[in-house]
Amino acid sequence: MTETSPTGSPEPAARPTGWQGVTADWSSDQRTFKNVSWRKAMIWIFLLSDTFIFSIFLLSYMTVRSSTKVEWPNASEVFALHIGGQAFPLLLIAIMTFVLISSSGTMVMAVNYGYRKDRVKTGIFLLVTALLGAMFVGMQAFEWTKLIVDEGIRPWGNPLGAPQFGGIFFMITGFHGTHVSIGVIFLLITARKVFRGDYDTGKRGYFTSRKGQYESVEIMGLYWHFVDLVWVFIFAFFYLW
Amino acid sequence: MVQHTDIGSAQVASAMASDDAGHQQHPLKVYFIVWGWLFVLSFGSYMVDFFGLQSYLRWTLILIFMMLKASLIMAFFMHLKWERLALSYAVLLPPIAVLVFVAIMAYESDYTLFSRIEYFGAGQ
Repeated sequence: MTETSPTGSPEPAARPTGWQGVTADWSSDQRTFKNVSWRKAMIWIFLLSDTFIFSIFLLSYMTVRSSTKVEWPNASEVFALHIGGQAFPLLLIAIMTFVLISSSGTMVMAVNYGYRKDRVKTGIFLLVTALLGAMFVGMQAFEWTKLIVDEGIRPWGNPLGAPQFGGIFFMITGFHGTHVSIGVIFLLITARKVFRGDYDTGKRGYFTSRKGQYESVEIMGLYWHFVDLVWVFIFAFFYLW
Repeated sequence: MVQHTDIGSAQVASAMASDDAGHQQHPLKVYFIVWGWLFVLSFGSYMVDFFGLQSYLRWTLILIFMMLKASLIMAFFMHLKWERLALSYAVLLPPIAVLVFVAIMAYESDYTLFSRIEYFGAGQ
């Protein structure tokens, strides 16, 4: 596998913008995504397909919830935290949301310092992001335990009302949690490569044999922000609606 | 606009050839402002639940906070604001098909609910 390089003369400096730019970029026999590397284009295509997966999950949630006559459990109460005998509605989910947003912020810092070629700061911010992601998964494990053990909620039913609640809850949060967990693993891998200096020396990747470069941090970031983005929708539709 | 990283002129050609073009590097200040707003908006949507707002007011607020947060994340954190429109539209327009699907399924679930009440005695 060789590095991609456009053949022929380089692109003209200025390309049209706006809708004219869209048609110009998309029309006939060209590389469509100018100034975007194939890896970035591919992660976007992947994220688009992932968008469809989560959209369909939320869509099926809408369908089962609006077609049942049985009372839908009140998320505000189900996910309340009891501290000192007082119930705080939805507190756990709020904390999870803040943790995930914080991790998005640290990720953006990592991308930024990556392009500044600041090896140590990039690595540290990646590790902090991974840590926050792991915290999120940990709290989700706590939430699942609470629902399964204390409330007796199962994928096929629950004592609080509509049986679809269980199935939808475990499917959607489970799929999202899996995304976060995979993200944490890749964050750690990326952090290791950053610290080792792979992106400074252009050391070739084990699987892809392509030269390491700091753009990998941005691509990692795109995935991570997407996970955060999905949570925004889950938080709104599943927990708040 | 897009600031390129510090690459020597000798490297420019090879940088264009490999994938160094179009690096997304922006002032940190932008990120901090967006980050702050994300916290504010999340707090806002949590307050919707905390104060127990109901019905249309609740749904409208939830959707507004959701869309604002999603737009901020995509525009600034995922850099779509600075990408060429050809890429932005390629990822933003296809999900419209999902909205069509939503409309279809809203109609369908309405019918399911109707039959459950009318023919399966779920109304009692």
